[in-house]
Amino acid sequence: MPPPSRRDVLLGTAFVLIGDAAAKAGVLRGQLPWHPNAGSPPQAVTQAGWLFFTADEAAAVEALADRIIPPDPTTPGGKDAGCAVYIDRQLIGSFGTSSGLYSSPPFVTGSPQHGPQTAVPPAVVYRKSLAALDRYCRAHGGNPFAQMPSDQQDQLLSGLEAGSVELEGSNGKSFFGMLLKNVQEGFFADPIYGGNKDMCGWKMIGYPGAHYDYRDWVGRHNERYPHPPVSIAGRPEWTPKAT
Amino acid sequence: MTTKLPAKDVVIIGLGWTGSILAHELTEAGLDVIAIERGPWRNTATNFAPNYAQDELRYRIRHELFLQPAQTTFTFRNKMDQGALPIRNWGAFMPPNGVGGGGVHWNAETWRFLPSDFVLRSHLTQRYGSKFLPQDMTIQDWGVTYDELEPHYDRFEYLCGTSGTAGNLNGQIQAGGNPFEGPRSRPYPTPAQQQPFSHALFGKAAAELGYKPFPQPSGNLSQAYTNPLNVRMGPCTYCGFCEWFGCGNYSKASPQTTLLPVLLRKANFEARDLCEVTRINTDSTGKRATGVTFVDASGNEFEQPADLVILSAFTIFNVQLLLLSKIGTPYDPVSNKGVIGRNFTHQTISDVESFFDKSKFIFNPFIASGSIGMCIDEFNGDNFDHGPHGFVGGGYMGQVQTNGRPIQTAPIPPGTPKWGAKWKDAVRDNYLSALKPGTGVHGSMYSYRDVYVDLDPTYRDRFNRPLARITMDFHDNEIRQNAFLTDKFAEIFHAMGAQQVNKIYRKAPYDVTDYQTTHLCGGAIMGTDPRTSAVNRYSQSWDVTNLFVMGASNFPQNAGYNPTGTVAALAFWSAQAIRSRYIKNPGPLVHT
Repeated sequence: MPPPSRRDVLLGTAFVLIGDAAAKAGVLRGQLPWHPNAGSPPQAVTQAGWLFFTADEAAAVEALADRIIPPDPTTPGGKDAGCAVYIDRQLIGSFGTSSGLYSSPPFVTGSPQHGPQTAVPPAVVYRKSLAALDRYCRAHGGNPFAQMPSDQQDQLLSGLEAGSVELEGSNGKSFFGMLLKNVQEGFFADPIYGGNKDMCGWKMIGYPGAHYDYRDWVGRHNERYPHPPVSIAGRPEWTPKAT
Repeated sequence: MTTKLPAKDVVIIGLGWTGSILAHELTEAGLDVIAIERGPWRNTATNFAPNYAQDELRYRIRHELFLQPAQTTFTFRNKMDQGALPIRNWGAFMPPNGVGGGGVHWNAETWRFLPSDFVLRSHLTQRYGSKFLPQDMTIQDWGVTYDELEPHYDRFEYLCGTSGTAGNLNGQIQAGGNPFEGPRSRPYPTPAQQQPFSHALFGKAAAELGYKPFPQPSGNLSQAYTNPLNVRMGPCTYCGFCEWFGCGNYSKASPQTTLLPVLLRKANFEARDLCEVTRINTDSTGKRATGVTFVDASGNEFEQPADLVILSAFTIFNVQLLLLSKIGTPYDPVSNKGVIGRNFTHQTISDVESFFDKSKFIFNPFIASGSIGMCIDEFNGDNFDHGPHGFVGGGYMGQVQTNGRPIQTAPIPPGTPKWGAKWKDAVRDNYLSALKPGTGVHGSMYSYRDVYVDLDPTYRDRFNRPLARITMDFHDNEIRQNAFLTDKFAEIFHAMGAQQVNKIYRKAPYDVTDYQTTHLCGGAIMGTDPRTSAVNRYSQSWDVTNLFVMGASNFPQNAGYNPTGTVAALAFWSAQAIRSRYIKNPGPLVHT
């Protein structure tokens, strides 16, 4: 998630800020509430570098992303699509800390249909699981995940997926499930969040992205939509190159 | 310290669809009205402007417009002998939050229930005999009929500008509409939306199979519209960002696009946002509401006295607030006595994914609206003879695919690996030529003795109040209904020319992680007998007669349609009774 706007902070987490002078309920009367230039646009990932992952963790996540979505002659893989950058930024936001979720104890293991009952937020899951994965890889062959041959990487991922590979101090199967979901999110989310670089995920499938008006095409049945995708931030060619 | 505010004629709890409708109607009657809303004020330009509204990650995956579970949630279990655990992140349904409520981020599928749905128990008993119904099924008649609600359905549709094709005009069946619908007094205010390729193809195949397909009634408008309050809406652009999203175009009917611009300008109305009502106060007899207590976002507590209280929060929050305020007798499934929390229901939905030859079919699934699609109603309600099948209920079905947003909607054939090169190839090969309607089979869920809401003994909210506890599982009747409907639905995709059809049946146990609409219903149901209903046929509390409870919590059981049309019709019906009778003579509108 992008850093939320001030208004969103007030709205979503107002109850956390009890006593904070900024968190004020309002009285609406007389007219529609309106403020000039009000808005809550998302904030694009622009800063380079890793904000959550260490260099070693980042190398592992990029390698993992590249096995989950391997590169091919027409479309980049998870690494070059920026999926690891996407996950890095998600983990420093509300997703990483589970800040919007119900976190009161007791935490009791239930049935699958009860849904997740963990007190451990995704940022901690990633940190612990990547460390455990690294230990596992070094114990089984000596190299960190990023330096393993791709067929061995795939074998390890299949083992995590099936639950046959167990990581010490981490549930490898559920970590793999989270990783899989996050890599694919990064591949298809708007590029402003750090993945789907140059809209490569959208170009691969023919999804036009953030277009907002298809009235000209709704009646054109069985015809390929002709326009290239567009992001919330526009298209790269719309942005003047820095000189 | 509690600040006591000046008394009002009416206090409204929750400013979604029903709160807005009641506020509008009661201010028209000259009453001084205040609405208290737990969530924030929201409007198009600020919160979902068209230059950034189409963001699948932010709104669909991260749930930005919804209530956050950290603020409050529910606990859940399948069976009465199990422990309940809190829903820590949303899954099966998405509780709304903020001004406009679910009306901001709904799909705007604007249906009417069948006439027989309102007299369900007597209708089914008459047709099949009382032994045909499962013993623990607790369905009831509503106490209000379709004919009584028809003018109020009509009012809501004309408020919203609903786009559709009438199937029954004053008893005359109309070509192209739903021949099973109850008689409507006039056509839809705007013509049906255009149908994209897959939706039209479904309609053609269904017709060839002998069904009578019709366009889904849509609150995303086919053309510009000015409603009777002189509020203007724009035409839908088929952007494919409806459910979970706010509309950036003023094309989707919501309180913001139909009512609030008029309501908020009235001198006798005000609303407070970011204020949560913590209880409905009653006098020493417990028979009269004196107003509400609420807490604002800064933690300040207020008392708002009022002569009339309208409870119009989301279904289950209505039930929770009644229980916490000790209004009405809590339902006890063991003795089968009490009313608050009984007959809780959801929806029985399932889906069919189908895969077509990519060299022949380009569906462009991203061209859609939230209530697009061709539907058939042959298998809804009691539109077909259930005798040979051994179950009751049914639903509409249709190619109602609302989007091609790729994080959620990138179907791959069954058996494809979930990652790796084969996954990538399958996504690439199928995206434009596969169909995934979402809630393609939209079946009823009838009520049962052991499906209900009460207060959780363990988990609490941030005010240290017990969370509402849901006890819910699918019963055999619904599972068999779904299998029958899903098979019928799949036949139509075969007829469309699909190479592969993947039927995803609804199965027990009920799973709180799997999204299956937000149509939670019941818990404060309407009826004719105070021993088996919380409110009378005007949605007036039997126990506290200056309290009216709005919304789907009134439904004694859920029908095979989206609920909002009926929720809004009941709100207008109730408002009419308050205006024409209650204001002149406050007291019970139904005597027992």
